Amino acid sequence: MSQPLTAGNMIWLHRYTKLVVVATLLLITAGGMVTSTGSGLSVPDWPTTYGWSMFSFPFDKWVGGIFYEHGHRLIASTVGFLTIILAIWTWRVERRPWVRRLGFAALGAVILQGLLGGITVLLFLPPAVSIGHAALAQLFFCITLSLALVTSPGWRDDAPASDDGSLRRIAGATTGLVYVQILLGATMRHTGAGLAIPTFPLASGHIVPPAWSGAIAIHFAHRVGALAVVAAILTTAACVYRRHRDARELVRPAALLVMLALLQATLGAFVVWSALQPFINTLHVVNGALVLGTSLILTLRAFKPVIDARAIRGARVDVSGARYTMLRSEFDVGSQARGVHLEAGREGRP
Amino acid sequence: MNGLRSLVVVGFIGLCTACGGGHQQGASAGPPPGAKRVDNATAGSLAGRVLLDGAVPANLPIKMAADPFCLAQNPNGASFENYVVTDGGLENVFVYVKDGLGNYYFDAPTEPAKLDQQGCRYHPHVLGIRTGQPLEISNSDETMHNVHALPDANREFNIGQAIKHQVDKRTFTTREVMVRFKCDVHGWMNAFAGVMDHPYFAVTHDGGRFELKNLPAGTYTVEAWHEKLGTQTQKVTLSEKQAAEITFTFKAPAPAGN
Repeated sequence: MSQPLTAGNMIWLHRYTKLVVVATLLLITAGGMVTSTGSGLSVPDWPTTYGWSMFSFPFDKWVGGIFYEHGHRLIASTVGFLTIILAIWTWRVERRPWVRRLGFAALGAVILQGLLGGITVLLFLPPAVSIGHAALAQLFFCITLSLALVTSPGWRDDAPASDDGSLRRIAGATTGLVYVQILLGATMRHTGAGLAIPTFPLASGHIVPPAWSGAIAIHFAHRVGALAVVAAILTTAACVYRRHRDARELVRPAALLVMLALLQATLGAFVVWSALQPFINTLHVVNGALVLGTSLILTLRAFKPVIDARAIRGARVDVSGARYTMLRSEFDVGSQARGVHLEAGREGRP
Repeated sequence: MNGLRSLVVVGFIGLCTACGGGHQQGASAGPPPGAKRVDNATAGSLAGRVLLDGAVPANLPIKMAADPFCLAQNPNGASFENYVVTDGGLENVFVYVKDGLGNYYFDAPTEPAKLDQQGCRYHPHVLGIRTGQPLEISNSDETMHNVHALPDANREFNIGQAIKHQVDKRTFTTREVMVRFKCDVHGWMNAFAGVMDHPYFAVTHDGGRFELKNLPAGTYTVEAWHEKLGTQTQKVTLSEKQAAEITFTFKAPAPAGN
């Protein structure tokens, strides 16, 4: 049974969701350090740690690679626990069905993610499983970030941004491209192709590698992908500046996206120059998640008119027999707070 | 009824025996048809040295700060064992008969080969082992190690050794040069094992010396393997009771920056 919807419990749900986002980013950092330091198999067993229960493994034994691998497991368990609460809380408080489903999608993703993490250890890190683990990590981050966005007062209170189909297409494509680029990066990391081309920006003095192998192809694809991503991000940002200069909710993520993309390209160069220094390598992974997340926020905000319109249409269908105002689940207390009245068949500001 | 029960019991025992038989088959398998044993009375030997030509490259220092125990065990610091040279001879080179043995048959030794972890290093750094021979892996350290074997032809394994004096045993079934071992807890720890289906192998020691004893007369391809310098091969013809000598010379890599 859902609890009565109040601004108070919604804002706390939003704050809690932000906590889960931060914890997820910390988890991605820890996972990045596991791969970057080559510690993935430093704890051979799973879900136990050298025979101990994961939660009773003595702290004085957290040495070398165990520190990263076991730390990653504990943070993952914490995020899993936080996500269980998130899913239940969202289910109880949130009235929008698709947001409630998103909460449980997060729970499903984190459970699957834990299983993939265990399987990859038990099977000695097969690239396919490890890449899947990395890919799902980013998806889970996207889900939690989406939840944080759509439960925010800004999302619920603000009038829909101007309906711009071009921006939606460009921003959506950019987010998709960033995700593909992250998959390429994960493939590069988990197949040991990080230094397949050991020089940057040229490949042994050539723009295109003079010799080819599978590893070189993956590495080169990631470099080409980086150029495509930067171009897509600049196009998105240009679209926002040209057509939505006054829409702060679009301008701010667009500006942040450009800065993060440039930082990401710089970090990518330093990853090669430093011969895969673990901290730089991990920073590259984490910043990649931030690029994806920022692009996703911009995309969701560009899609907000569509999402709101669908919600309102759904509400009309739901209330058509009840001759009642739209469901509060679809137009919540935030809307009420700013005095929006919606009745069946009519919507607008007084 | 009793007859039926007996049938079930006998069938179950038979099934268990059949399953167990497969496990023991490798140990009790006899020589393949037409295989012959080496006659030690007429066999010769092949000895020699592996030399390093040029300046000995410096071994990089190891940072052991990630584990206080390892740091304490190496108070004067430690470095990698890539180039161990004494008297111009290169140690830790695996020398073995690669080809030419024909249809000889050799019993697998029951005495285990040993790989120990002491002072957060593997001892020995390079070893040879026979297919079917037990490998005894021990932890002499008061810290955690994992022993992760990374073969291509054999089965990969990863053992956690959390306790001092913990011993585990494994065997390899297929000839392979070389199986790498690593410790994922202490990233600097690695060792190499040459897995052979015959006894004609050695790891160079003082002065880069090696010796292959009881080698029957024949023409052989002998290979020397080094973890950084790769491999070299030589053809050797050995007559009965001959004590032959060969030398491998690896060229030292150019100093970094040249």
